[in-house]
Amino acid sequence: MQANAASHDHDHHHDTNGNKLFGFWIYLMSDCILFATLFATYAVLETGSISGPTGKDIFELPFVFVETMLLLFSSITFGFGMIAMKRNDVAGLKRWMKVTFLLGVGFIAMEIYEFHHLIEAGYGPQESAFLSAFFTLVGTHGLHVTFGLVWLAVCYHQLSTKGLNENMAMRFSCLSLFWHFLDIVWICVFTIVYLMGVM
Amino acid sequence: MGQHVETSSSDYVKGFVASLILTVIPFYLAYTKALPNGVTYALLFGCAIVQILVHFKYFLHMEAKTSEGQWNIVSLAFTAIIVLILIAGSVWIIYNMTANMKL
Amino acid sequence: MFGRLTLDSIPYHDPIIVTTLTVVALVGMAVVFAITKAGKWQYLWNEWFISVDHKKLGFMYIAVAMIMLIRGFADAVMMRSQQLLSAAGEAGYLPPHHYDQIFTAHGVIMIFFVAMPLVIGLMNIVVPLQIGARDVAFPYLNNLSFWLFVVGVILTNMSLGLGEFGQTGWLAYPPLSGIEASPGVGVDYWIWALQISGVGTTLTGVNFLVTILKMRTPSMPIMKMPVFTWTSLCANVLIIASFPILTVTIALLTLDRYLGMHFFTNDLGGNVMMYVNLIWAWGHPEVYILVLPLFGVFSEVTATFARKKLFGYTSLIWATIAITILAFIVWLHHFFTMGSGANVNAFFGIATMIISIPTGVKIFNWLFTMYKGRITYTTPMLWTVGFLITFTVGGMTGVLLAVPGADFVLHNSVFLIAHFHNVIIGGVVFGCFAGMAYWFPKATGFTMNETWGKRAFYLWIIGFLMAFLPLYALGFMGMTRRLSQDINPEFLPLLSVAAAGTAVIAMGIACQFIQIYVSIRDREQNLDLTGDPWDARTFEWSTSSPPPFYNFAHLPKGDEVDNFWYQKQSGEFDPMKEVEYERIHMPKNTPTGIYLSGWSLVFGFAMIWYIWWLAAASFIGMVVTCIRHSYNDDVDYYVEVEEIKAIEAERRAKYAAAGKKTVQDDNKKDDLEVTYAS
Repeated sequence: MQANAASHDHDHHHDTNGNKLFGFWIYLMSDCILFATLFATYAVLETGSISGPTGKDIFELPFVFVETMLLLFSSITFGFGMIAMKRNDVAGLKRWMKVTFLLGVGFIAMEIYEFHHLIEAGYGPQESAFLSAFFTLVGTHGLHVTFGLVWLAVCYHQLSTKGLNENMAMRFSCLSLFWHFLDIVWICVFTIVYLMGVM
Repeated sequence: MGQHVETSSSDYVKGFVASLILTVIPFYLAYTKALPNGVTYALLFGCAIVQILVHFKYFLHMEAKTSEGQWNIVSLAFTAIIVLILIAGSVWIIYNMTANMKL
Repeated sequence: MFGRLTLDSIPYHDPIIVTTLTVVALVGMAVVFAITKAGKWQYLWNEWFISVDHKKLGFMYIAVAMIMLIRGFADAVMMRSQQLLSAAGEAGYLPPHHYDQIFTAHGVIMIFFVAMPLVIGLMNIVVPLQIGARDVAFPYLNNLSFWLFVVGVILTNMSLGLGEFGQTGWLAYPPLSGIEASPGVGVDYWIWALQISGVGTTLTGVNFLVTILKMRTPSMPIMKMPVFTWTSLCANVLIIASFPILTVTIALLTLDRYLGMHFFTNDLGGNVMMYVNLIWAWGHPEVYILVLPLFGVFSEVTATFARKKLFGYTSLIWATIAITILAFIVWLHHFFTMGSGANVNAFFGIATMIISIPTGVKIFNWLFTMYKGRITYTTPMLWTVGFLITFTVGGMTGVLLAVPGADFVLHNSVFLIAHFHNVIIGGVVFGCFAGMAYWFPKATGFTMNETWGKRAFYLWIIGFLMAFLPLYALGFMGMTRRLSQDINPEFLPLLSVAAAGTAVIAMGIACQFIQIYVSIRDREQNLDLTGDPWDARTFEWSTSSPPPFYNFAHLPKGDEVDNFWYQKQSGEFDPMKEVEYERIHMPKNTPTGIYLSGWSLVFGFAMIWYIWWLAAASFIGMVVTCIRHSYNDDVDYYVEVEEIKAIEAERRAKYAAAGKKTVQDDNKKDDLEVTYAS
């Protein structure tokens, strides 16, 4: 075994894109813990509504159900986009990304509406610890989704400038992980915050 | 991580239908309060867990066959443990503190 | 226009601050002048500031950390002297509002801007070389992490001349850190310095985890990695899992202060105790992030200087993994007295005692490695022996504190101060110094002066014992931490010993800086021509010193632990042999990290001083820089064979100049004859 043999030591092209995907997955693990901290805070402060409103008073389940459907649909539209991408069908990828984007924007619009409505009614995040925790937990999820939408728009544009090369495919894969992860966090949000909140 | 599988849409359709059911049931139960509270809580919790697993399998294509897949699962399992410790631990600690310190 | 920033924010009425600022300004201007005169700005920018080379980034981390050590130590000197004066019946020269900023800054600087960067710096220099890689997984992010850390340093130091720092202690507990009790900029400096540099640390965690798991030389399985790499892996797992908690906790405090929310207020449902709970859920893993890599350093140093394989590699690895997991179930021991009651306290007390067991296992691993080894007491080995003694004492006082009943007496007394300085100085600081002395020749190409190194060690350990052992006694006598006024005169004798100890440590630090100066001055006499001055066991020693920028012309074979050692014994390792080369794929340098960090500095500054238009503008600047960077595809290049040939030929020339044909010649001798500068 020769340490310096050139024969089988050619520069292993490290699976750079595979590493980036794995690295992004690890980042998502840290994001899980970020959300866990927010959930822990919400759980502890949920009873801190003092004389203000509780979940029962302010949560409207039909509204949240529509939001949930928007996000869930956007998950499968993203998935269909990824299938198109694997088949190198750029037009298909773009089509599904447009739909995903619109569904995501719809979700954010509804959330902004809900927040605005609550603040106007005098139930803003400064009114109680419960409301602070609610706005921050749900708002952080919304900020993540917004970030994802910006990312999606940039990647969409880059399809036109760079085409669908390995690098772009890796970026869409990372975004796909991100997008599904946010849907998973939303499952926890609607269950723990909204559904258990009205019980 | 989803690099090998995605040529068919069947995974997504299955995942979508399952998720839909697992979303409608809890919303219905919480909205109508048809069942006693304890049972509802358990079902809410259970449906959420199952839906999360559905997402892992059908949307994220998590599998244990490749080395990458295994590392993803290991890191996810570790993260899940930390999440559990953090949330359960914090709730237990603060509950006890609030009881003792009369806040 | 300038938010709440006014000319009055500059503390020109405080002579101590004005003097410090003047000195810093003069030194700063002298440095800038010298660089300009030497025409080195272009060089610094191209070769260092925008470099993605892990070795250079590591070096810069350590350089900044050593500068911050001076500031943190100056804080310590001021605290000791004020306490001495107060116990002697004097008013002293530091009123409480100033003293409180000093102990806050001391803690923040020592943990975040000395210990963390020293550890991260060592990991940067060594880990890719140990695993036979050419760089880390994400070189651009590595550069970004460094500059985000520098932003934290700048913001913290800026508070000295513009405004004030927090007066809350290094963890800024509310309600004292809330907007009502601390309306000034002090806590905001704390918030943004930590939040911004914390992002950098989290990125480092992800970076090194992927590097260690995915970029090892192909033949190196995970259970054959060097111990320092293993402990770094575990430390990075802790970073990834714990820093998000810090990020959220600081963010919630920020929301309370900036937007009037009620997470940690005394009214409207806020729960102050939740802050303490969360900050320590981060804080405990943090101390393991600091110490685990240094356990790795001690493992490498012991094996090298005892000339013996590390005892119990497998048990040491499993002990490290056990510590990593247990680190997450002990955090309440930092607030036993906050009132969670007997059941909760008992659980965490027992868990804390359990976590000392794997650490004990490691101490035995190192002792058994030394047993029947042929030990040379070089500077790194001395630091290691110093660690074994002091850390054991500190660890035992930790087990004592783990008993909730005892902690009720000793919490927040100087006994606690003595304990954590004992383990941090004995463990982390001594470990960093051992690692720096050990790897200095690898990074620079010449060995450090041994005489000054030994002097530094003896002064440090004697000084440390004098400065902190009295605090154990003072703790039992009832002295609380963070005192600065009207101190009980009964404490005077022991406080005098402690102050004397600080002076001795100061001499130790002086010796270290003299050592650096002398080593640089005498470098031509102490060149490390072979790249392996200690006759060591792991792959970083198989390269030249310093290594070529691509680390390895050919990736090493790592299928056994200490494979490099065996390759030397068998003759397989032969740097004089001429071989064929292939092009090497390397990442390009990039200025994006420094630009993005620059925007974050402006953003942090603007947020601190409530300059909202500037905050918005710099935020947009950050976003635009990020997006622009994503459009850049020109991120890598190939090193051509000609260049590699030339560099490797130089390496062979150096090796030949060392007067050896192969390393085997060295090992034919019975006792290793190692000549060090003295």
